Amino acid sequence: MSVSTMAPLEPALKVIADLAPVTEGRIIPLLQKLQEAYGYLPRDVVLEVVRRTGLPASRVFGVATFYSQFRLTPGGRHTVRCCRGTACHVRGSKAVLSAVKSHLAIDDGETTPDLKFSLETVACLGTCFLAPVIMVDNDYFGSMTPGGIKKVLDAYQ
Amino acid sequence: MTTIKLTLNGREVEAQPGQTILQAALDHNIDIPHLCHDPRLVPTGACRLCLVEIKGQSGLHTSCTRLVEPGLAVETESPAVRASRKNTLELLLSEHRVACTTCDADGGCLLQDYAYRYQAAESRFPNVATPEGRPNYTSGNKGLEYDPSKCVRCHRCVRICAEVVCAEALTMKQRALKSEVATAFDLPLNDSTCELCGQCIDACPTGALVARAAKGLGRAKDLEKVRTTCTYCGVGCQMDLNVNRKLNRIVRVTSEPGCIPNDGNLCVKGRFGFDFVTSPERLTTPLIREGDRLREASWDEALALVGRRLREIRDTHGPDSLAFLSSCRCTNEENYLAQKVARCAGGTNNIDQCATTCHAPSVAGLAAVFGSGAMTNSIGEIKNIQTLFVIGCNATEAHPIVGLEMKKALRRGAKLIVVDPRKTWLAQHADLHIQHRPGTDNFLINAMMNYIIENNLHDPAFIADRCEQFDAYRENLKEYSIDRAAEVCGISPDLIRRAAEMYAKGTPSSIFYTLGITEHTCGTENVQNLGNLAMLCGQIGKESSGVNPLRGQNNVQGGCDMGAIHSVLPGYQKVADEAVRKKFAQAWGVEIPTNKGGRVTDFIEQADSGLLRAFYCFGEDPAMSEPNQDHVVACLKKLEFLVCQEIFMSETAKLAHVILPSTCFAEKDGTFSNTERRVQRVRKAVDPPGLARPDWQILCQVATAMGYPLHYNHPGEIFDEMAALTPSYAGISYARIDQVGLQWPCPAKDHPGTRYLHEGRFTRGRGLFHVIKFRPPAENPDRDYPLILSTGRTLYHYNIGNMTRKSGAIDQKEPANFVEINSADAAKFGLAADDNARITTRRGSIVAAARVGERVRQGTIWMPFHFVESSTNLLTNDAFDNITRTAEYKCCAARIEKA
Repeated sequence: MSVSTMAPLEPALKVIADLAPVTEGRIIPLLQKLQEAYGYLPRDVVLEVVRRTGLPASRVFGVATFYSQFRLTPGGRHTVRCCRGTACHVRGSKAVLSAVKSHLAIDDGETTPDLKFSLETVACLGTCFLAPVIMVDNDYFGSMTPGGIKKVLDAYQ
Repeated sequence: MTTIKLTLNGREVEAQPGQTILQAALDHNIDIPHLCHDPRLVPTGACRLCLVEIKGQSGLHTSCTRLVEPGLAVETESPAVRASRKNTLELLLSEHRVACTTCDADGGCLLQDYAYRYQAAESRFPNVATPEGRPNYTSGNKGLEYDPSKCVRCHRCVRICAEVVCAEALTMKQRALKSEVATAFDLPLNDSTCELCGQCIDACPTGALVARAAKGLGRAKDLEKVRTTCTYCGVGCQMDLNVNRKLNRIVRVTSEPGCIPNDGNLCVKGRFGFDFVTSPERLTTPLIREGDRLREASWDEALALVGRRLREIRDTHGPDSLAFLSSCRCTNEENYLAQKVARCAGGTNNIDQCATTCHAPSVAGLAAVFGSGAMTNSIGEIKNIQTLFVIGCNATEAHPIVGLEMKKALRRGAKLIVVDPRKTWLAQHADLHIQHRPGTDNFLINAMMNYIIENNLHDPAFIADRCEQFDAYRENLKEYSIDRAAEVCGISPDLIRRAAEMYAKGTPSSIFYTLGITEHTCGTENVQNLGNLAMLCGQIGKESSGVNPLRGQNNVQGGCDMGAIHSVLPGYQKVADEAVRKKFAQAWGVEIPTNKGGRVTDFIEQADSGLLRAFYCFGEDPAMSEPNQDHVVACLKKLEFLVCQEIFMSETAKLAHVILPSTCFAEKDGTFSNTERRVQRVRKAVDPPGLARPDWQILCQVATAMGYPLHYNHPGEIFDEMAALTPSYAGISYARIDQVGLQWPCPAKDHPGTRYLHEGRFTRGRGLFHVIKFRPPAENPDRDYPLILSTGRTLYHYNIGNMTRKSGAIDQKEPANFVEINSADAAKFGLAADDNARITTRRGSIVAAARVGERVRQGTIWMPFHFVESSTNLLTNDAFDNITRTAEYKCCAARIEKA
């Protein structure tokens, strides 16, 4: 891969400098800060970071794919989180999730081709009194029904 | 150390402190099942199969992580334990594509064994195995194939890659059901940091990781394992050739944790470098030259011709008119025979082997200083070294399993000093990397020793008790200041001071070197100077402390030990010594010749001058391996009679008058002596192709045809004859080395062998300090040839490449010649990465792909010499060491341009 197609490296270099020395014990904060800087973990940037820090690329990749908080592809402008916790499940969150999936035509963990929405399922949002609940970015939407999905999502640009 | 007593299944047993319950049980033949345990790895307790019950303690405990304690009462097969294991196995089977009928691991799969043993049901839980055939990091790789649908996620492959090999190519990606082995970002394996050692295949307890080329050629239960010694470098790894008898074919190569010296570890060459055995290019019938072509002949005709011509030339032109080049690829028995045939049938001391090309300066240099020219310590001692001084030695590529031991030492906190013009793996991980100008080693060593004496870091008691000629040596060093050395070597003076301090203060320190030291016009002096350094600091004659040349070829130690050297008979007994000659004359029934004899580099020059008329060359390819190749070929063409005993049509064989087809290591019995002086068995695994015969038989038949009848029924008879004449081998026999090899000196049948040399006393009595003056290389850069070219070996190929290059897996990884160049030089000469570069010296010119980076220092370029179509030895300089006639492969002047 040539350097020219790569995302700008400066934010990564700043992350490395802020965290120095970047040891194996700091792989998680390293990836968190990179994701903060780029919105996701661009492959070329991570490979360049491991080259500069001497961390094993394989181990960094293992950590990046193990935790759901890290993403290796660009996320959408908005993140939809569908709660699949017990309370929400009892109140019909499975059908809500299906409706979100079919409305956006993506699966859990994916992003729409126009990069507008990403979809995640979470185990509990801590707002069981609103069950079934979804979150879009930092907004909560409680007592959701499959039929109410379109209206909620259409409000986002 | 006091042992710990505990009870296993009601039986009281003794265990070592620090052992786990699992290890103790396995030691006592109690087979606790385990999928994630490997004695070479840090325990993780992941697979939950080794759970045991401990009396008085609630729950079950992972025996691979629990250490033994006095009085523990452990039950390894209680009903609770068995129920837990059955449950775990049934869960594993629910994630496993059970396909034992077509699986190569059938009969060698732990999951299969345990499922049977605990009668685990395949269908208790719904099967959720990863779908078959999805692309992964091994797709398209010719060496390995990974099938996640058979993976039990034990992490053994990932851990051996990280913990033992330190390649860090593999990881486990994703989690839970989605988890599978991968490279970083799913890079194709050969684009990752993988070294293709295949350790992951051996570590895999199921059929998830297999050697791709072996698929379908035999299930584990169809294969017979033949334990033998690797045919590549001098480490002497013990390996099992897995043979399918129905196909008369080696299907794959494995090893066994615990074996000496490699503890079950193999490198890429040992694992994948065996395709040559069944190559269609093997020679299968004797060939006789008729004009420009070679025609097939019978053995009788070929042997009669060889015998008659060698006899005629010997009788007409005397002992200096014929020469024998023996082979360090071949066994001790064959090297013993080669020098016996040369001396008894040929009547000449013109006998040599490839050590002249590589480590002859070690044999001569160390013999002069200590009295014995071999590695002073053992491979098993490396892990306990505190300071490694590694000079001109790229162990992780040229001797990868010794490299693993060095990595182990580093993990245990050892300090590492690397002196190398290249940034090798060891250099990158060194505490100090002295990236000096090639050919300035002696200036550097002298300056270090001067500094050590000036700062009282030397060991006066050792010098006084054990050494001689110290004063003259010391006087000489005064000319070599740190500052001048820094200038001559092109490095920082501080680095030299720190290296001197670190080496002198190490407890213990040990020196490792290879051809970066020997392949110079001052090669023997370089070696002697390393001997000086060790004696000065008293860093020799102890465990884990000494001077250690890592020998290049599988049996170059043995080739030298067997007396395939012009000046010595077996066991380095001097030809010049009349008593020695008398002893051998009595045993062999003929007078031992007294002509001086020469080395292979002499033979080539004498072929040119006409002094040498007949040349018998076996298992060597001087036309490819000697420097200034065009000149070598021209000289060999002048020979009246050239015989090659070979497995392939080598560059030398193409010039031969008679070619005799011989066998490779897998087709005959014998012994190799490895770099740590360990004599190990080589065992026949498959039949040779066509009419090819074992080298020892051919040599006997040639001797007989020359009028010196020789006959043995088995190589063991040759070994016994040799051992009776060779004091250092006298106590060794096939029976004694059946399981584990013995290290010479082993003078008696009850002697345990010698782990390290020179304890209390040097072989020659006192260690002899040598006065060494710095001499620059024979050829130095100038305006027309501004760069220094060094050559060397890569991880993936072996010497002239005629064996390793026939492996599909290796060829895919490293298919062609290349030249390493510093990025600053590349910019200067207009080269970009992967450009075709033309490299030219005063002797020749070739084209190779440029690898641009920081691996070599500015002003130098580096090339391997494995590739016949772009032969680096067309470039190298035929300037030789003043003592052993070893060529200066490491330094010649070159220029480079875009091709």
